[in-house]
Amino acid sequence: MITEKDVDHVALLGRLELTGEEKEMFTKQLNDILGHFQSLERLDTEKVQPTAHVLPLQNVYREDQVGRHISREDALVNCPDRNENYFKVPRII
Amino acid sequence: MQLFRLTAHELHNLLINKEISAEELNSAVFDRIEAVEDKIAAYTIRTKERAIERARMVDRQIRAGEKISPLAGIPIAVKDNMCTDGIRTTASSKILYNFIPPYSATVVEKLEAAGATVVGKTNLDEFAMGSSTENSAFFPTRNPWDTGRVPGGSSGGSAAAVCAGEAVCALGSDTGGSIRQPASFCGVVGMKPTYGAVSRYGLIAFASSLDQIGPFSRDVTDCALMLEAICGHDPKDSTSADYRVPEYTSSLVDDVRGLKIGVPEEYMAEGISPEVRGAIIKAMSLLESLGAEVDYTTLPHTEYALPTYYLIAPAEASSNLARYDGVRYGFRAVEGEDVIDMFMKSRSRGFGPEVKRRIMLGTYALSAGYYDAYYLKALKVRTLIKEDYDRAFEKFDVLLSPTSPTTAFRFGEKVDDPIQMYLSDICTISVNLAGIPGISLPCGFVDGMPVGLQLMGKHFDEGTLIRVAYTFEQNTNYHKRFPEI
Repeated sequence: MITEKDVDHVALLGRLELTGEEKEMFTKQLNDILGHFQSLERLDTEKVQPTAHVLPLQNVYREDQVGRHISREDALVNCPDRNENYFKVPRII
Repeated sequence: MQLFRLTAHELHNLLINKEISAEELNSAVFDRIEAVEDKIAAYTIRTKERAIERARMVDRQIRAGEKISPLAGIPIAVKDNMCTDGIRTTASSKILYNFIPPYSATVVEKLEAAGATVVGKTNLDEFAMGSSTENSAFFPTRNPWDTGRVPGGSSGGSAAAVCAGEAVCALGSDTGGSIRQPASFCGVVGMKPTYGAVSRYGLIAFASSLDQIGPFSRDVTDCALMLEAICGHDPKDSTSADYRVPEYTSSLVDDVRGLKIGVPEEYMAEGISPEVRGAIIKAMSLLESLGAEVDYTTLPHTEYALPTYYLIAPAEASSNLARYDGVRYGFRAVEGEDVIDMFMKSRSRGFGPEVKRRIMLGTYALSAGYYDAYYLKALKVRTLIKEDYDRAFEKFDVLLSPTSPTTAFRFGEKVDDPIQMYLSDICTISVNLAGIPGISLPCGFVDGMPVGLQLMGKHFDEGTLIRVAYTFEQNTNYHKRFPEI
């Protein structure tokens, strides 16, 4: 059972600020959805390996060479606020 | 002659025989967009100048006697979650309403290198999360067969554009059915290739282990041409497979004799509307009469696919969407007291309800104390689902099912009930979990609305899917119908 307190905690982890109405809605919906998903418990998966990825790929490397990359100006052009060559944000500490 | 109704391969012949110019073709498609877009609303942005300019380049090549590629001059729409250099790319989200990428997705680069003209960016459910385009932050797209119904989603704009003659082909992305389900609802061809067959570089990530880009078209031949243009290894996507791309057009063979086609009985059970089931049974009989061996089979873990998918996809999404914080691009709420407050306010105002719901669900499934019970459990069940397919493909070359349990539903019918909305993906999500290819093509009409037939294949065996789909198409006329708008 997910409580409104759990929803508060998860919202903070997900960096979401929810209204009272949203909290109520998500508490109900997460309970409904996860309740629906209880069926997974019926399966014995103790000896089953997890699949995070379907292709047998690992350690994909490339040559350590300088390639083409976007310019600093292009990288900054979409940012909401900047100070010369830096992204500007509200105070951190 | 209504140029906007023709397919890419038909148009290519007109272009190389100099019966039409690429500029005329592109103008004809933009005239069509002008005429019907008020009713359909497929596009978030149109790029007429860029398309016409590129069409003129193709015309110059043709005049100079150069050989042009099969897609040269062909107007193509791109789902608005793929980056286009210098063209706004929003994922139909408020949080990216002003984002202009400084680079193009590999698929867009490949299509443009083949001479295709990008006519615009198409509407989607915000961040590709949804099955109807009702979750777009901007507006819903309407189904060209009945504007009171949804086009499906999340690639609803691409499907509707191709269906309505507002583009000849289009790109979509498919995480749990987002190409195949709208293709089914709009009566066009849509394919999700094998995971890793197409580069995801420049695709705005939703669930990285499931996302795959693929084509929409009005027939199977165009699907094969699009695949040839977009498949292949890309060093910029470390999950793209290093394999030799087959010539898919050589699979355009009208012959299914001896092919073994399995029909998973779980996909024909309750929950599938009787009319849809009827159309699928007719399709089975047709393929059988053409010489295929059709038999029922089983994918016993099918009932677990929905919970598995709706744990894994939101978990990956919650991580992928952490990047939208109002720092480097996109929407920022200005009055944040400190940086965390700014993140929270920006994200809360920038994301819509479905995106928030999935961030919440995914964050919960990954959080301390619940990771094993939900996320890890889902990854293990994913293995069981994949093994179901491995076993079925020991006996069958191709699996066949409906693409969606129903035809296109009405606006508002499911939007307030997330579980009902999630159930419309029930026939398509396992394919993403297993990473195999799937195609949807029209196989009938119920009350004027198209029904989609889904074919599923072995990893990297798109060729056999194309062969079966092409044979079905050559022996039916559903793909020739065009909606009255």
